[in-house]
Parts: sequence; C-alpha cells; structure tokens
Amino acid sequence: MKEKEPIISVCNLTKKFGNFTAVDNITFEVGKGEIFGFLGANGAGKTTAIRMLCGLSFPTSGSGTVAGYDIMSQAEEIKRHIGYMSQKFSLYQDLTVWENLKLFSTIYGMTDREIKIKADMVFTTLGMADMRNALVKEIPLGWKQKLAFAAATMHSPDVVFLDEPTGGVDPATRRRFWEMIYQASSQGMTIFVTTHYLDEAEYCHRVSIMVDGHIRALDSPAMLKKQYHAATMDEVFRIIAQGAQRTD
Amino acid sequence: MSIFVSIIKKEVLHLVRDFRTLTAVLFMPVVLLLLFGFAISTEVNNVRIVAVVDMHTDQTRQIIEKFSSNPYFTFEGIVHAGEVDKLLRKGKADAAVIFDYGKAPHRHQIIVDASNTTMAQTSTAYIESVLNESSETPIVTNTLYNPQLKSAYLFVPGIMGMIFILICAIMTSVSIVSEKESGTMNLLLVSPIRPRTIILGKLVPYFLLSCIILTLVLVLSYTVLGIPFSASAFNVIWITLLYITLALSLGLLISTIAATQVSALLVSGVMFMIPIVLLSGMIFPVENMPAALQWLSCIVPARWYISAMRILMIQQLPLEHVLTEVSVLSGMTIAVLALAIKKFNAKN
Repeated sequence: MKEKEPIISVCNLTKKFGNFTAVDNITFEVGKGEIFGFLGANGAGKTTAIRMLCGLSFPTSGSGTVAGYDIMSQAEEIKRHIGYMSQKFSLYQDLTVWENLKLFSTIYGMTDREIKIKADMVFTTLGMADMRNALVKEIPLGWKQKLAFAAATMHSPDVVFLDEPTGGVDPATRRRFWEMIYQASSQGMTIFVTTHYLDEAEYCHRVSIMVDGHIRALDSPAMLKKQYHAATMDEVFRIIAQGAQRTD
Repeated sequence: MSIFVSIIKKEVLHLVRDFRTLTAVLFMPVVLLLLFGFAISTEVNNVRIVAVVDMHTDQTRQIIEKFSSNPYFTFEGIVHAGEVDKLLRKGKADAAVIFDYGKAPHRHQIIVDASNTTMAQTSTAYIESVLNESSETPIVTNTLYNPQLKSAYLFVPGIMGMIFILICAIMTSVSIVSEKESGTMNLLLVSPIRPRTIILGKLVPYFLLSCIILTLVLVLSYTVLGIPFSASAFNVIWITLLYITLALSLGLLISTIAATQVSALLVSGVMFMIPIVLLSGMIFPVENMPAALQWLSCIVPARWYISAMRILMIQQLPLEHVLTEVSVLSGMTIAVLALAIKKFNAKN
C-alpha cells in the first residue's frame, strides 16, 4: 500500500496542553485507499491526534496534510473532504433515519437530488428501506452503527475517521461492520480507524501503536507479529504497551 | 436546502418531537398569568362596610349610594356609633366609615379591621378613593395608574421577566449541552458548518418560540387581565424582543460553561431563577431592600426589564421614561453575546 500517494501525511506533530505533551512528535503517512489502524491504550494521545487531523484543534508544532490540505491553514477545506464517526454512537435520536441522512448530507453540501439517489442506494445496500421513517432511537444498536457509517460516508469523503466505531456490539455485528469498511475502502476511501478490539487490528492493512504520545510501532499486522515473535496482534500490543506510564 | 435552514429545521423537529416539554412551555405562561392574575390576588373584593352618620346630608346619602353600587363593597347598613366595635370584633363588618358633622372642621373617620394587613391597606385605599370623589373634606391619598389596585397588573411584568429567562436561557443552554453530551456536537464541529451557523441555528427556533409566547402573554394581558391597550404596546414588544435576545445569549454563555444538562439546569436555576424571584422587584420591591441588595439587584437583567415593563404597561408612560432600563439591557445584551461567542469559539 505504501507505494500509493499518501492521503494523510504527518511530520513531527506535537500537541501540548500546558506542561503536558499529549502527542509527542509523531510522523507517519497513510496511503490512499488504505485501512489504517490507529491503536493505543486510553490516554495514549489517540483522540488528540485525531482531533488535529480533523481540523478540530491546531498542533503546537509540526505539520501535516490531510486529503491534500494543510492542517494548520486549511482546516475548513479538510472538514469538507473527510467523514467522521465517533466512539459514542451519535446521530440524532429523535430524528428519523432519513432525516439524519438528509441533515448530514446537506451539511456536507450535497444537493437534494444527489442526496435522494445516494440515500436510495444506501437503503438498498444496507437493507434498511423499511426503517427509513423510523426514529433512530427505536432501531437496534447494530443498525444505528451502520447508519452512522452511512451518514459519515454519504458525501464520498477522501478519508473517513472512525473513532472506536464498534464499541458495545456483538462479534457478528462487528464482522458485518468491517465488511462495510472493506467495501468503502475498495471504492477508494481511506479508512483511519481506532479500536480497542485487537482482533479488528488484524483486518487493517497497516497498524500504528501509540504509547504515551509516541508512535512505538507502525507496520502491517503480519510484519508486526513477526517482529515481536507474537501469534496475535493482542500479544504485540501487550508487549509494546506494557511500559506505558499514562493510563486513565 | 441551505445548511442554515436544515439546521433550523432539525432544531424545530427536536422541539416538536419533545411534545411534553413544548406543551409545558406554552401552557406555563398562560397558567402563571391566570394564577397570579386571579387566584393569587392581593386585590380585595366584597369589603363589608357599615356607616355611622350623625347628620344626614345630600353628601352622606351620595357617598352611601356609591358604596352600595360599588362592586368592591357590600354595604351592610347604617349603625350606631357604639355598635361599630362589636361588629368589627365579631367579623360582621370589615370596615366602618364615620361621618362626623358635629363640629367644624368636619372630620370623617375610617375604622378598619387590620387583622389582615394587606386587606386593611387595600380596603382603606378603596374607601378613601370613594370618599375623596364626593367629599370636600380633604384626604390626600391618590392611587395613580392602577386605581383599583388590581394585582393582576403588577404581576404581568414580573411573570414576563421570569418566563423569557426560563424559556430562552434554560432551554437553549440545555439543548446545546445535550448535544455535547450525546456527541452530536462533535459531528457538527468536524463538518464544514461554521460554529456561528450552529449557534444561530440553535437560537432562531427558540427566538420564534419566545415570540409565540410573547403574543400569548400580550393577548392575555390586554384582554383577560384588562391592561389598557395603548401606543406603548409597541415599545413593550421591541423591548421584550431585546430582553429575549439577552436571555438567549445568557443561555449560550451557560452552555459554554456547563458540561452536562444537569449542571446547565443548576447553573441557570441558581444564577437566574432565585435572583429573579428575590432581587428583581417581581415580588419584593427593590426600593425596600437594604442598600447592598439594591446594588446587587442591578446586575439582574430581569430587574431592569420588569421596571421598564411596569413603566410602559402599567403607567403607560412614553419611551423616554425607560431610557435607562433600555440602555442597561442593550449594554448587557452586547456584553453577554460577545462573551458567549468568544467562549464558544475558543472552546472548539
């Protein structure tokens, strides 16, 4: 995957809050169409790093580009070209499935016509046409997560940031969710995903592991397992993260 | 559909789907107005009055005629001077008027049962005003603007001052904070919408809701509660719109401070409701407070608004009498709005 042009490129990115360095001098690249796993224990600095990549906060020092736009000076352009789905399930519970999709697509600048075509496609592929007018709070969690993913990708963003997208759902649903991720990736979207489920890390093309604000490891799951003489990503993670100072 | 319109539409859907809250918000002002206007009334009806007359003249007959025909009094008859004390003691009468033409200068006397002070004060004022109209014997009391001492009048400005803070400040702050709690605010912030579009989209529906409530309150006040309708109604409306804007800005400011819906409610409750009830002059006149509290009351927006509303709605005076209030309210609005937008942007 590395031979492809990078869609995310970050160099010496640092974020300090007073004396506390949340993200310490990280450098990495993510190729177009790649599924990039961004792992780390709680408090390792993942969320801070993602917020900088999404244009929600500015780095203290360092530089980077996302989808070809500079994270310091073109945050507004970046927001137009990314999708975001957060760790807490978050769509509007008191709006219907259709109203949620329509709202987020409108926000991302799609026309009513585009929204209609795209939404029909989403409803058919997800098989949720009958849930179109159901209030989101009334549909099961697994469906909500698929819907949230659909809402984050309706506008065909260059990069989708998934912040612990599969929290709280059963393994079968998680598997189906990853099928959606693969499908999006095959359509050329880059997936930047954080997760606590290390079996999911195996599905990623490449994985980075953050410890105490630094990136300690970055390679494909196969190479990492080989390097650390481990059978699973779970073991790799434990070997790398055992020296962590910061925990919640 | 434009982004701004879709945000407003979403906010309106939130409001309409939360049917219980919406109903409560629309009914609360109506119930409060009717309750304060009629049920909780310091107004006194059916004051039972007796008269002691030592010499009948055209004037005494005329006054007694007035008492008999006045809806606020029940005339219980003419009695002997000695009986008055007994009647008042037994609770058969609330007040007695004694006409004394015995020696000059003529002095009329009002004896009133003051076991209920509010009632005594009010009925004395009534009796004085009736006597005043027909007697050349001077009594100086003059009740201006609210000659019947109708309490419904006085409560209208206070209730308006409270309702708009309740609806605008509390509801907006809770609605913004609930989006922070549920995580949807993050979705909006990573999207290309500008923060000010999010804020305006939040404020517009609550502004419209407040306008509906303002219409309700004014229609009730000018019809059922019988506040005289005059040219000042126009000033009442635009100053209220100013106050609504101030309340919305306060709600926005709270939402930048509070992290959870509960704390937003607590902050608005402690910061607004208690000072409004105690310090705004809604119930306890500001003039009677100790100097320190009078100074403190100056920072309560409702105090200025209520004072302006009293002058405009009850005294029916023109705009130049409320210039101080209007400038204080405008100043507060600009300051709070600027601070709120600054804090909202800084946080994100």
